[in-house]
Amino acid sequence: MATQKEVLLDPIFNNNPIALQVLGICSALAVTVSMTTTLVMAAAVTAVTALSNLSIALIRNRIPMNIRIIVQMTIIASLVIVVDQVLQAFAYDISKKLSVFVGLIITNCIVMGRAEAFAMQNDPWVSFLDGIGNGLGYSLILVLVALIREPLGAGTLLGFEILPKVTAGGWYHANGMMLLAPSAFFIIGGLIWAIRAWKPKQVEAAEYKIAANVQYRGAL
Amino acid sequence: MSSFDRDGIKNILIVAISVCLVCSVIVSGAAVALKPAQTANKALDQKQNILRAAGLLPEGATRDAAGRGVDELFAQFEVRAVDLQTGEFTDAVDPATYQPIKAAKDPKMSRILTDDEDIATLKRLERYSLVYIVPGTDGVGGVVIPVRGYGLWGTLYGYLALDGDLQTVRGLAFYDHKETPGLGGEVTNPTWKAQWLGVDAFGEDGDPAVRLVKTRSATGSAAASHEVDALSGATLTTRGVENLIRFWTGDLGFGPFLKHLKESA
Repeated sequence: MATQKEVLLDPIFNNNPIALQVLGICSALAVTVSMTTTLVMAAAVTAVTALSNLSIALIRNRIPMNIRIIVQMTIIASLVIVVDQVLQAFAYDISKKLSVFVGLIITNCIVMGRAEAFAMQNDPWVSFLDGIGNGLGYSLILVLVALIREPLGAGTLLGFEILPKVTAGGWYHANGMMLLAPSAFFIIGGLIWAIRAWKPKQVEAAEYKIAANVQYRGAL
Repeated sequence: MSSFDRDGIKNILIVAISVCLVCSVIVSGAAVALKPAQTANKALDQKQNILRAAGLLPEGATRDAAGRGVDELFAQFEVRAVDLQTGEFTDAVDPATYQPIKAAKDPKMSRILTDDEDIATLKRLERYSLVYIVPGTDGVGGVVIPVRGYGLWGTLYGYLALDGDLQTVRGLAFYDHKETPGLGGEVTNPTWKAQWLGVDAFGEDGDPAVRLVKTRSATGSAAASHEVDALSGATLTTRGVENLIRFWTGDLGFGPFLKHLKESA
């Protein structure tokens, strides 16, 4: 049985939802153009994962197996709508920038994955910690990606100027690719590589072995 | 727990119904409780957009240099409804609650534009729209009109501000668009927007004359006074912006209204 501390901290480096499980990539690409939106998105996903884990764990013994996914989705969707409404009321500018991606937390595999894999089998309190931990793991990767994308793409961080851009009289030529989603693929790929180089245990065993280079005739 | 059958029909129905009930109460509770704050946010946002277009509010700030807030600054505008066909003020709709963009989707309040007319790809045009007038010392000090039109990925929504002569552009600000960041998305770049200041929106004949160009005409020439730099790498966004400005300052947009106002001044 894992301790509470392990449940909370494991998903950050050892079992990171993005870097190891490679879940939740879609929103990680979409919202990391600026640090402000990233932080809000990270907080929203952490809140939703933690609360959905908590509420699903509370009723886990009553949920019929046949409709468990539907029950989980209903709870997650309700939480996401509430989060969206709160953002629209208290952080209107940011909610406009995040637009559809808050709603898409519903389909974020991390939320669903933790509900099905963890909260259905564990106590509410431990499930809540697991939700927080996975949210933080997701947040860590998002923040790292935004930390690279915003300065290189827009010359700013949290809206403050870091690299003065040529268009504003400075010296930095903004890298337009950093503002587009594909750049996040490269960065996330780089992060996964870095984490696996640091913790070689995370490297998956190859599913098959490529044969040594054979001659054309030999292949026949 | 012996009689409790977790996967029986009875439990399935109980769980399904109670989960739905609890969730709907939470969701509707949140929606109702937060509605006033959301409506206030939307109204404030709209006012900020109009003030930014008119150059009265700096980008990203909520107060002007003199420390006046959004509501105070907005109070100087006179909001009027305009009949786009006749170009006259109308009392048919209440300017405080009327939403032109919503009206454009309502068959009773709008009409379908023909392909020839529809240079900005609006599809439907509302009968009435709103204008925001800044009263001047003699007559009109300036006017802000809502503009919109299709760019590359979606519709750009913004406001165009004109000076008291109803001819010179004071500012153009888009508050919603879906253009590519770094290319068409540069419509929100302050440096690009600053070029609009002082551009002459109408030609000698009174028709819309704004052009977005790759190469500027010689400074001081008549053509140069209508020109703004095109956005590099964003041909379709550039074309969209030019078309939407021409549409809304033209005969189907606010052209008749502006002529009217100019004559009465």
